[in-house]
Amino acid sequence: MARYGMVIDTAKCVGCTDCVIACETENNVPEGFCRDWIKTEANGKFPTIELEIRSERCNHCTDAPCVSCCPTGASHFHDVGGVVLVTQDHCIGCKACIASCPYDARYVHPEGYVDKCTFCIHRVEDGLDPACVSVCPTHCMTFGDFDDPNSKVNKLLKSRRHHSLLPEAGTKPNIFYLI
Amino acid sequence: MNEISTTRHSHLIDPTLHIWDWQIPVYLFLGGMVAGMMIISGYFLFKGRHTEKHCSCYYLPYVSIFLLSLGMFALFLDLEHKLFVWRLYTTFQITSAMSWGSWILILIYPILLVNILMNPPKMLTDKLPIISEWKKALLEKQLWIKNLGVVTMFFGAGIGLYTGVLLSSLGARPLWSSSILWLLFLVSGLSGAAAFVHVIAKDEYERVLLAKADNAFLIIELFVIMLFIVGLKTATQVQSSAADLLLTGSYAAEFWVFVIGLGIVIPLFIQLLAVNHKIHHTPLAPLMVIIGGLILRFIIVAAGQYSHWFALK
Ligand code: SF4
Ligand code: SF4
Repeated sequence: MARYGMVIDTAKCVGCTDCVIACETENNVPEGFCRDWIKTEANGKFPTIELEIRSERCNHCTDAPCVSCCPTGASHFHDVGGVVLVTQDHCIGCKACIASCPYDARYVHPEGYVDKCTFCIHRVEDGLDPACVSVCPTHCMTFGDFDDPNSKVNKLLKSRRHHSLLPEAGTKPNIFYLI
Repeated sequence: MNEISTTRHSHLIDPTLHIWDWQIPVYLFLGGMVAGMMIISGYFLFKGRHTEKHCSCYYLPYVSIFLLSLGMFALFLDLEHKLFVWRLYTTFQITSAMSWGSWILILIYPILLVNILMNPPKMLTDKLPIISEWKKALLEKQLWIKNLGVVTMFFGAGIGLYTGVLLSSLGARPLWSSSILWLLFLVSGLSGAAAFVHVIAKDEYERVLLAKADNAFLIIELFVIMLFIVGLKTATQVQSSAADLLLTGSYAAEFWVFVIGLGIVIPLFIQLLAVNHKIHHTPLAPLMVIIGGLILRFIIVAAGQYSHWFALK
């Protein structure tokens, strides 16, 4: 079984938002909503302030609360790579999944169903990278399979210090940020 | 310092989550009231009080069916993909509190209908005389009625605690991450229902009993609220700051004035004087209890959505 995820190098990301635009174009994201976004976090005390720029999206968590709380099974793990997806015509729009996501990665599509990042599974199944990864001018994002010990994502994690977002929320996110 | 800025601007998600408006608190409130009423009428059945002409067990099932349907309608109004609501009933998702709730709610209807059989509307018995025969058969069997009382209480408690579990199963909202939210909503539902019966009961014994019971429920509710807050304050930092939303933060004024003051302490004081024959019973106190219960749901739903894991980062 594959476990898809991403490794993102925060030392390379410049926050240009190309990934955001690529996602909006590729997935027809309606105006006023985001499947991915840029977060800038400044930490520390002047003059030793650290700045981290992150491209964020659904973490396709291994213990996804959005899947376990869904009353209809619309939110589910895809057979390929454990990607978390929403089946549009199974979703009743109860929004329990939105409330259960600690990352606020979901939103209600104007057509009524809940929507979010799909890791561009339609591209991945054709052997391509997700749109955000493929357009990044600094090549800071790497998409791959964490279950394959020889994958590039695993090698990157072994080579650098990294963190995930809110590991304390217990959802086992599958996106890691290199420091 | 720690400063975060984001380019995300999803409607209803940013800057703070606001996916649930009035419909969900109203649904939770009505669910709690129905739970309380079922427990009360189930108890009277169990105690064999159906032999009294004016026993509330004759009319509470009617009120419960009406309120339950109203609550489910409010829930339906909240759904964003309404045409697909039937999807709830083509599956059972064992890990989803909402899936459990949807099925429990469906089971509640037949139970309430059997309760109604003890006092079916005349219109119906005129058209379908067999219903009168069923009624007769049911009323003759003491043991069946006792069992019906137990089942009614059991499912009443089920729906009452479900309204709390629904929220606390959504662990991403620190204010709802409490293992006693279900107890708070159950007790609050009981106190609201007791207040309601106290006002409308024709039977003097029930009126006095429910006023006393309501006082007990209000005292327990105060205690449970205290445990709820202490539980959050002594948990993680995000939960502690979620509790501060109620204690001193953006929802503090509404919480202290409408929930604690006007919704519990003052009506409790009035009702204590009334049951001790210092003043006459007044519908004002029960009304305050019921409105306080509604406001409690509004505050918990709104402040819960406001509370966040990122709040302290
Ligand atoms: S990030 Fe949120 S929406 Fe995505 S899998 Fe995790 S809990 Fe679900
Ligand atoms: S909004 Fe849709 S995907 Fe989310 S929990 Fe409800 S039914 Fe499932």
